Amino acid sequence: MRNTLAATAASIVAFITSSTAMAGKDLDAIKARGALNCGVGIGTAGFMLADSQGKWRGLSVDVCRAVAAAIFGDAEKVKYAPLTSQQRFTAVQSGEVDIVMGNATWTLTRDTALGLDFTGVYYYDGQSFLVPKTLGVKSARELGGATVCVAPGTTTELNLADYFRANKMTFKPVVIEKVDEIRAAFFAGRCDVYTTDASSLAATRAANVPPPRTFDDFVILPEIISKEPLGPVVRHGDSQFADIVRWALYAMVEAEEHGITSKNVDEMLKSDNPAIKRILGVTPGMGKALGIDERWVYNIVKQVGNYGESFDRNVGKDSPLKIDRGLNRLWSQGGLQYSPPFR
Amino acid sequence: MAVEALGSAPRTKVAPWNDPTVRGWVFQVVVVGLVGLLAWYLVDNTITNLERQKIASGFHYLGREAGFEIGDTMVEYSPASTYARAIYVGMLNTLKVSVLGIIMATFLGTLLGIGRLSNNWLLSKICEWYVEAFRNVPLLLWLFLFYKLISEAFPGPRQAISAFWGTVFLSNRGVYFPVPLADAVFKWMGVALLVAIAGAWALHRWARRRQDATGQPFPSIIAGTGLIVGLPVLVWLLGGAPHHMSWPALKGFNFDGGSVIQPEFTALLFGLVLYTSAFVAEIVRSGILALHKGQTEAAAALGLTRGQSMRLVLLPQALRVIVPPMTSQYLNITKNSSLAIAIGYPDLVASINVTINQTGQAIENVLIIMAAYLSVSLSISAFMNWYNKRIALRER
Repeated sequence: MRNTLAATAASIVAFITSSTAMAGKDLDAIKARGALNCGVGIGTAGFMLADSQGKWRGLSVDVCRAVAAAIFGDAEKVKYAPLTSQQRFTAVQSGEVDIVMGNATWTLTRDTALGLDFTGVYYYDGQSFLVPKTLGVKSARELGGATVCVAPGTTTELNLADYFRANKMTFKPVVIEKVDEIRAAFFAGRCDVYTTDASSLAATRAANVPPPRTFDDFVILPEIISKEPLGPVVRHGDSQFADIVRWALYAMVEAEEHGITSKNVDEMLKSDNPAIKRILGVTPGMGKALGIDERWVYNIVKQVGNYGESFDRNVGKDSPLKIDRGLNRLWSQGGLQYSPPFR
Repeated sequence: MAVEALGSAPRTKVAPWNDPTVRGWVFQVVVVGLVGLLAWYLVDNTITNLERQKIASGFHYLGREAGFEIGDTMVEYSPASTYARAIYVGMLNTLKVSVLGIIMATFLGTLLGIGRLSNNWLLSKICEWYVEAFRNVPLLLWLFLFYKLISEAFPGPRQAISAFWGTVFLSNRGVYFPVPLADAVFKWMGVALLVAIAGAWALHRWARRRQDATGQPFPSIIAGTGLIVGLPVLVWLLGGAPHHMSWPALKGFNFDGGSVIQPEFTALLFGLVLYTSAFVAEIVRSGILALHKGQTEAAAALGLTRGQSMRLVLLPQALRVIVPPMTSQYLNITKNSSLAIAIGYPDLVASINVTINQTGQAIENVLIIMAAYLSVSLSISAFMNWYNKRIALRER
């Protein structure tokens, strides 16, 4: 799209003209600006979507809000920039945004050669396939010869080609950048299959099926063909800011593990449990180590909620998506969400 | 005399800062120096910033495996091919849609332009409305409309509309039609076609010269067409007339066999052709209107038919007005074909965009894409300038 090239060009201009060193300055710049610039995807229900009032909501958005709560003590001090999957990395490389929560998969090359850092995993995802029930397909292995709708420039596109090659099947891709357009092409029947991360498929199925067809006319195939750990992305170079982003997410997980919720956090301040006292800053030290206010976890949990609350509210049982927690349960409940100790 | 006095007066010494020649040189050196400094500053800054951010640079990535599939390719391509190959495939797709677009837009636009000048009220109004409708709505919207029309209006492959006794299938996956199976004879038919084209051209030249010398006309157009059609057919017959076809048939999800024109390509080509032909029509109309009315009357007085006077008298002169602005339209088609990405046609921009995202080498890829469009555009310009010179008024 013209926009993509324009954005890429703008980022290149930013590379060419910016003369000051960025290392170590990101956090200062954010504090001076008084707001966190957060790049989000164009719109995936449950993860990042502007509601009818234009307020961004979702699990990914909550991580940005948690970082803002940690730095400013106010989860609302975030400016959102919707980015396509192709714009997001250049936007963070060039400093247009401080952090990208665009459901980007953490991979080795992205973490290294692109000059970026992934600071953790806020959602353990995997790629799957969405098909109309009328197609009568029960397994991804029956998809040989299918036409597949996929977004360009994603790990999804690569996994798709790998999966079909590995299973000696052929396919025809239909590749459109705008997620709305690719969904429209799928629902119009231009493709047999739509593939992306299972979470987004669930969102598409819950929120985007055009009437008269409904949620029940589509199925997500059981195969998960890839590991897609989705993480927050920051620029390489300012480890202090990267640490804050990393631990803001861990704080949400740690709060859930200790049963601290947005409802009981005020009572928890009076808790005698030494771990909770450290987490909430009643026993000081953690905030100082990160260079932010000691009450940072209190602010995150009070304003955003713990990880479980955010999950249930946005994508889980209290949302239209009704995604099972699955791998995203706490480690103590058989999942992968695990925070290093707060001490 | 004053003039003599001026001329013979001894040159008075002028201070260098008052001497126009010296001043001119100094200014030019300073300007060139500043531009050079700026360029050096920008390049150096970019390299330093990339190094500081630990972003790898260079063109080594072109040889790595691309790993993504492309839906519409003119040459052999698979996910195991290299990034260079993927970019090449995209480039060919851009050229395909641009060349076809240029030919079709010229043809349609010329008809519309002449049609708008017609004495037939209905025809000229239809052409006028067409022009106004198409050139006043952005091309991107036309592309979305055509793509939506194709993908929403046509049925799925299992309910495909069949035409021509079940040999051609229309569905939202595109138009499937039968093609001959590959055979060695086809290569020789291609050679025969080239030979026939060269022969027809030579015949045309000979006929023109003979007519100039003796006044005797020769039906070189009919003879040439016969040659171009006949020679390949003759080779085909001599080669044993291979007629095994690959027929499209429904297999699994899609049609298998035959060949296909995909909806993305169709939508893009239609959009480009219908949009640009509106501009071409106006250029052709202005070219013809620029001619004096006396030219038509003189041609009629010589006894030329309407067709002959259009072909031999009016169009050659109108071309002098038409060609320069037409060059811009051809360049527009080529560049506008990059809107392909909005509807998913895998053109050069699409290949490059995916490559940028997979490799992160934005600067290198943008350089490639700029070089590619620049060389295509400059080639078109060079050809059109050559043609323009050829048909320009020769002053004797």
